[in-house]
Amino acid sequence: MYDPTVARLTYRGLLGRRRALILGALPVLLIVISAVVRVLTGADDQVAHDVLGGFALATMVPIIGVIAGTGAIGPEIDDGSVVYLLSKPVKRPAIIFTKLIVAIAVTMAFSALPTFVAGLILNGNGQQIAVAYTVAALVASIAYAALFLLLGTVSRHAVVFGLVYALVWEALFGSLVSGARTLSVQQWALAVAHKVSDSSLVTSDVGLPTATVLLIVVTVAATWYAGQKLRTLTLAGEE
Amino acid sequence: MAVEQPTAREAEQTRIHNIGYRSYDGPRLGRAYARRSLYSQSLRGAYGLGRSVKSKVLPMLLFVVMCVPALIMVAVAVATKAKELPIEYTRYAIIMQAVIGLYVASQAPQSVSRDLRFKTVPLYFSRPIETVDYVRAKYAALASAMFILTAAPLLVLYVGALLAKLDFGHQTKGFAEAVVSVALLSLLFSGISLVAAAATPRRGFGIAAVIAVLTISYGAVSTLQAIAHVHSGDTSVLVWMGLFSPITLIDGVQTAFLGASSSFPGAQGPSAAQGVVYLLVVLGLIAGSYGLLVRRYRKAGL
Repeated sequence: MYDPTVARLTYRGLLGRRRALILGALPVLLIVISAVVRVLTGADDQVAHDVLGGFALATMVPIIGVIAGTGAIGPEIDDGSVVYLLSKPVKRPAIIFTKLIVAIAVTMAFSALPTFVAGLILNGNGQQIAVAYTVAALVASIAYAALFLLLGTVSRHAVVFGLVYALVWEALFGSLVSGARTLSVQQWALAVAHKVSDSSLVTSDVGLPTATVLLIVVTVAATWYAGQKLRTLTLAGEE
Repeated sequence: MAVEQPTAREAEQTRIHNIGYRSYDGPRLGRAYARRSLYSQSLRGAYGLGRSVKSKVLPMLLFVVMCVPALIMVAVAVATKAKELPIEYTRYAIIMQAVIGLYVASQAPQSVSRDLRFKTVPLYFSRPIETVDYVRAKYAALASAMFILTAAPLLVLYVGALLAKLDFGHQTKGFAEAVVSVALLSLLFSGISLVAAAATPRRGFGIAAVIAVLTISYGAVSTLQAIAHVHSGDTSVLVWMGLFSPITLIDGVQTAFLGASSSFPGAQGPSAAQGVVYLLVVLGLIAGSYGLLVRRYRKAGL
């Protein structure tokens, strides 16, 4: 299923030139903020929880996910160069699978790793907060990458829709309508993190069985459907 | 004579036939006209006018989403015969900043990135316009589109307030102050977004870059402000942090000079002196992004 050449090209598309700078700026910002907060307030579990939960997991992970997930396939479909890839004797689900692996790897590297470092800076992993949020970021990376990769194959405005989901649905509706939280990748990831780390601060509105089932269903279904979309892809001209 | 005859006939044969091409002697519309056309086309394009139906959906939807809360507020104010509108005029743009951010993030790249990707920029410069004209037209068009987006709900509020027979002088003052504030906001946001979008020919990355600059900086600043508010009594730290994100800059300026109440934690906005720094930073950013854009397009070969 995994095709090294496709993977190499995708890595280049995602990280080549100055694009790695956009991806790299956010983690750097998170670590700078953590350092500033540590200097301002000292080690404080509640503050660490606020920064990691409010900024790292709620804002940074989804945005990295959007950039990596849609960036893995969107630009190629957009400029039509995907036909050169599709005309090669590689199975289309294999293309999607490879791109998914790359997107997951990039999202994890640019979100989970900095979250762990930031957690260590903030309170030295007191109450397992750093580990818990790192686990949440790792789990969320997989689901986000799959979801946004699908969006990339479905729509030309994948980035906008991805951002609307990440910023409006999860952040705004999630805080207003509690039902929306059941359908939020962030809450599913938190449920898993809660179980793994046993931290009392990291809690979720969704039970672990529901969260796990939904995570797996979303990831698998999104990947499968993205493969189907790619099989029947029609290339539209520029609008 | 007999010798010259063939050469004369040869000259006759190699004559260039006049097949009726005529040179253009009508009026030349010139540089200002080209600039004006580019401006109006870019402004129409920012709302999807003159483009496909699909590309009209998003800007129009965001415009509607921007105006609906204002309509609801007006309806409530009229129905309950309130003495005041539910919110201040200046507050509206701050509350709706997510919509404004999404709009500018989706339209700034469509305005400049496609010209870069399809390499049509050199074609513009083969017309009688210069780099400066292109940048000015694109900047002015996006700023106007943003101004329409942010001022329309204010107009709805204002007209609604007058219909509800609220105090005319007070409402007019609030409306005028808010219009100045959103004009500043439009210039600042479109400048920053165009610089970010012009850096990449790929639309997707452009959108992400603009959102990253606008939303992430706000998320970071407001998180830090909230923590500083709880943990240190020093309000000046909190106020200076506001300099690092576009929306808090606008918030600070309108708190200091335009009679708005601050949305900073604890409602501690900048004083007049700090407000001057805020205003200077805003104007500096606008001038700086204009300068960067001109520099970006100096090389016509991209």
